[in-house]
Amino acid sequence: MLIPFLALMRKDLRLFLSDRRAVLMSVVAPIFIASFFGYIFGGGAGNPDTSPIAVLVSDEDGSRFSQEIVTRLKAETSLDVTPATPESARDAVRRGKATAAVLIPKNFSVEAARAFLFGGAKPEIGMLYDPSHGLEMRMIQGIMAGAVMETAGKQMLSGRGSTQSGLTLPFRMSPEGVTSGRGVQYNGYAHSFGGMGIQFLLMVGVDVGIALLLLRERGVWKRMRAAPLSRGALLGSRAASSSVTSMATLIILFAFARVVFGVRIQGSMIGFLGVCAAFSMMTAAFGLLIATLGKTAEATRGIAILATLLMVMLGGAWVPTFVFPKWLQAIAVVFPTRWAMDGLDAVTWRGLGFSAVALPIALLFGCALVFGALAVMRFRWEAD
Amino acid sequence: MLEVTGLRKRYGALVAVDGVSLRAGKGETIGLLGPNGAGKTTTVSIIAGLVQPDAGEVRIDGRVLISDTDPAKRDIGLVPQDLGLYDEMSARENLRLFGALYNLEGAKLRRSMDEALDLVGLKEREKDKVLNFSGGMKRRLNLAAALLHDPQLLLLDEPTVGVDPQSRNAIFDNLEVLKKRGKTLLYTTHYMEEAERLCDRLVIIDCGKVIADDTLQGLYRMVPAANVLEIELEDGKMNGLRVEDLRSVTGVASVELRGETLRIGVSDLSANSAGILEWLVEKGHPFQHLASERASLETVFLNLTGRSLRD
Repeated sequence: MLIPFLALMRKDLRLFLSDRRAVLMSVVAPIFIASFFGYIFGGGAGNPDTSPIAVLVSDEDGSRFSQEIVTRLKAETSLDVTPATPESARDAVRRGKATAAVLIPKNFSVEAARAFLFGGAKPEIGMLYDPSHGLEMRMIQGIMAGAVMETAGKQMLSGRGSTQSGLTLPFRMSPEGVTSGRGVQYNGYAHSFGGMGIQFLLMVGVDVGIALLLLRERGVWKRMRAAPLSRGALLGSRAASSSVTSMATLIILFAFARVVFGVRIQGSMIGFLGVCAAFSMMTAAFGLLIATLGKTAEATRGIAILATLLMVMLGGAWVPTFVFPKWLQAIAVVFPTRWAMDGLDAVTWRGLGFSAVALPIALLFGCALVFGALAVMRFRWEAD
Repeated sequence: MLEVTGLRKRYGALVAVDGVSLRAGKGETIGLLGPNGAGKTTTVSIIAGLVQPDAGEVRIDGRVLISDTDPAKRDIGLVPQDLGLYDEMSARENLRLFGALYNLEGAKLRRSMDEALDLVGLKEREKDKVLNFSGGMKRRLNLAAALLHDPQLLLLDEPTVGVDPQSRNAIFDNLEVLKKRGKTLLYTTHYMEEAERLCDRLVIIDCGKVIADDTLQGLYRMVPAANVLEIELEDGKMNGLRVEDLRSVTGVASVELRGETLRIGVSDLSANSAGILEWLVEKGHPFQHLASERASLETVFLNLTGRSLRD
């Protein structure tokens, strides 16, 4: 019993070790991912490179009081504060260009001072935020409260012994998640279905590449190559079928999300279909490119998994990109998963029109073309 | 129909094909014979356009194959050694796909599929998935898939590997029908009996080089003892027979004694047999049984290369 058991075990180990590249990838991939997450989450010592949260501030009050609040916010290293008008702030948050916006209304300082010293009605500070960044919103609220209280303490309490109302916040915050329209609730399923859809379609792309490598090992490949077919037709047909499958998968996913979770395409339907089509083509071309990376399916699988995880991670499908350090955020912009994610968010819960997704669509198509061209150039055409 | 000149293909340090040249006329069946690793499959792959040669050229009906989409490829039907079929699809679905690769559709495709299935005897099973087929049936379907576009040249790369004798015979019957229809067949094998049965001419290849290219008769003539006379002497008549004396008789190439039976290799059966038999009788060694057999291709190969065909 022991002899065959050991022989079988030895055989498995031998086969595993015989493919050096596969062995290397099986070790490199987890090391890379563990190092990546350890780094972006600070590795236990806090990550000093983490980029600040983009916050827009509209100061319609313009008083010394409100200006000092803004100055304190600007001094906060975890925030990247930029002045804006209420309209441009709302538009930027809706488009995902800024995480939140603070709207300080007219007469804020007067009303806040009255409320602080004598009690009564508290003025309201508008807090517009991107509902997919709820955690950051809570953090901004805390910083905002601190800034107002410090300013109030400094400016309003100087020379006074006490306040009528005690030390309570002299204002109210009215947070508003900016979605496709006022009163339209943010549906978190829209983002999660987009993220998971993108991740699984990339996996489909990997399968396309692996299947192509396996096909080479069968007589079918020889038969196809023997026919008077161009290389473009051979690889293109595979990419087209994969694109159709991927696109159908995305549409079915969102149809399910619509029926079960009420996810709606609140923006441009053509834009939604465009993002789905462009991303599907990109994944198919990515799959073809995968097929050119390794000689065997086993070796390629490791590289493909690493590449896929990289794209998914840096595209922000697992963790929001704001937790990345600055330099990584800059790199993340080049990943097509990021554009796909932005595109799907834009036409679903953000409710934006086609113009908002035109660039992501163009970039995804461009990426598909580049990947496809590289695949055709690098593909080993000769039968084994 | 097929003209191959000076093909060369190297994979790293290994020279797989080293200056192979061969020709096949219309309706001719050429056997490409050689042991495993001799370069047969690489040669076929180059002819089919699957592999780019380092040197040399392939002409189909006088036209050089120059690109993947070369129309001359329509004249070639490839039967790959590895089964080129989708197991998950039915026989007919497989044929529909492979016919479409050659732009066949509609009634023309249906007619081609029916003819091919009829030829290989799988019409009754056309709707069955290939994974339910026996090895022999898969091999026959593998052949049918190469016939749909009615190619003039069929490249058959060991099409009977791993099949039972009955299926092998069925495939041979199919190939003989194709031969009668005027198709040119290039048949690679390391089974001598297949080559002997089917081929008009044999190209023997070893270590990537053509070492002989002739008809079967021509190849036998290359062997000093192309025929073997098997002579069973009468009981007790072996006494005094000296093998060395027999070797001096005209036409005797070799002599082997197995019990009471002599195996005498002769180069020309009709010219030398009578003299050998007379010599035996005159020397007092009458015989009670006589048979002759031809030297095998194995012998030819052994004689040409110094090693066995199935090494």
